[in-house]
Amino acid sequence: MSAALLIDILLWGSVLGVGLIAFRRGPTVFKASLREGAMDFVNIVPRIALGVIGSGYIAAIIPQEVITGWLGPDSGWLGVASAVLAGAATPGGPVIGFSIGTVALKSGGGVPQVVAYVVAWALFAFQRVILWEIPFMPARFVWFRCAVSVPFPFVAAAIAMVIGKP
Amino acid sequence: MSDPSPKAPAPTEDPESEPRPGRARKPIGWSTIIIAVLVAVSAALVWRRDGTDGVLDILTHDLSLFSGILPRVLAGCLLGALISEILPHEKVSRSLGPKSGLMGLLIGTAFGAILPGGPFTAYPVASALLAVGADFGATIAMVVSWTLIGYGRAVAWEIPIMGTDFTLWRILISLPLPVLAGALGRFVYVRLYPKLAAEDDET
Repeated sequence: MSAALLIDILLWGSVLGVGLIAFRRGPTVFKASLREGAMDFVNIVPRIALGVIGSGYIAAIIPQEVITGWLGPDSGWLGVASAVLAGAATPGGPVIGFSIGTVALKSGGGVPQVVAYVVAWALFAFQRVILWEIPFMPARFVWFRCAVSVPFPFVAAAIAMVIGKP
Repeated sequence: MSDPSPKAPAPTEDPESEPRPGRARKPIGWSTIIIAVLVAVSAALVWRRDGTDGVLDILTHDLSLFSGILPRVLAGCLLGALISEILPHEKVSRSLGPKSGLMGLLIGTAFGAILPGGPFTAYPVASALLAVGADFGATIAMVVSWTLIGYGRAVAWEIPIMGTDFTLWRILISLPLPVLAGALGRFVYVRLYPKLAAEDDET
């Protein structure tokens, strides 16, 4: 069974589960939330379309080598800082992000720097923010969350330096 | 609400909270415009470099990606709407609201860690939580927890690509971060938007 299928089963299973709870509250509540969800979907589709199609073009002008370059042999805090930038600028999905991290580890990148890269990528890779977070969340929340998240790749790198390698 | 609004006949109702606080979205915001410009510039650069074929290649690839994603987006939207319908608002604002303290941040973190699915569930659900009374801090804890310690991406992508040792170790390091991010979020929010924070206090 593929991971994608498992995700779909879990996802629709949860929809079914919460749907059942809503349905037991009464058909009016159930129908109202289904309509609400469908309207959200209709409103969001154009923005998701812009994000999915757009990020392909943005990714095409930011080649992977540029990102790998930023994750260079620079150790210490300067290396952590450029790893954080690299994480934010990484185009593409999880395969690309984690593959770059693996390449960096294998080619002698420092562990705290790679941790900072992976954490920064998870927290504010521009593609996920553009494609998913902004369409679904109030824009003010998204910018606020990204700004508040900036220190944490550095915190993760500091913890990695203290507790050592895996 | 500190200043009485002349157009609000019902004093118990926050005028912004009907029918659903925060669920009304403007179709086009500044963020959308900036992204559209960015996309247009990138597409133009791709066209200059690779010609029309290059532009069409990316378009067809991304369109097929898009059609694959759509059902999941629908599921995410339904999940968000259903959750905001079945969660009792008073309970949510008590356990995830501005005054929920460390417990609220921990609940947000736990919720983010166990949430199934990908970004197509995390963000609609986070948006629903915001709408029914969670504050920025608890919602930040939830989103950060989902992205850093949630099992979905770790199992599907990180363990196969980066290895189990690195992934578990990275998650261990990340454990304190959602609560810290939520706490920092609350700390900054109260100072950045004192007026909004005071309104939250009164509701």
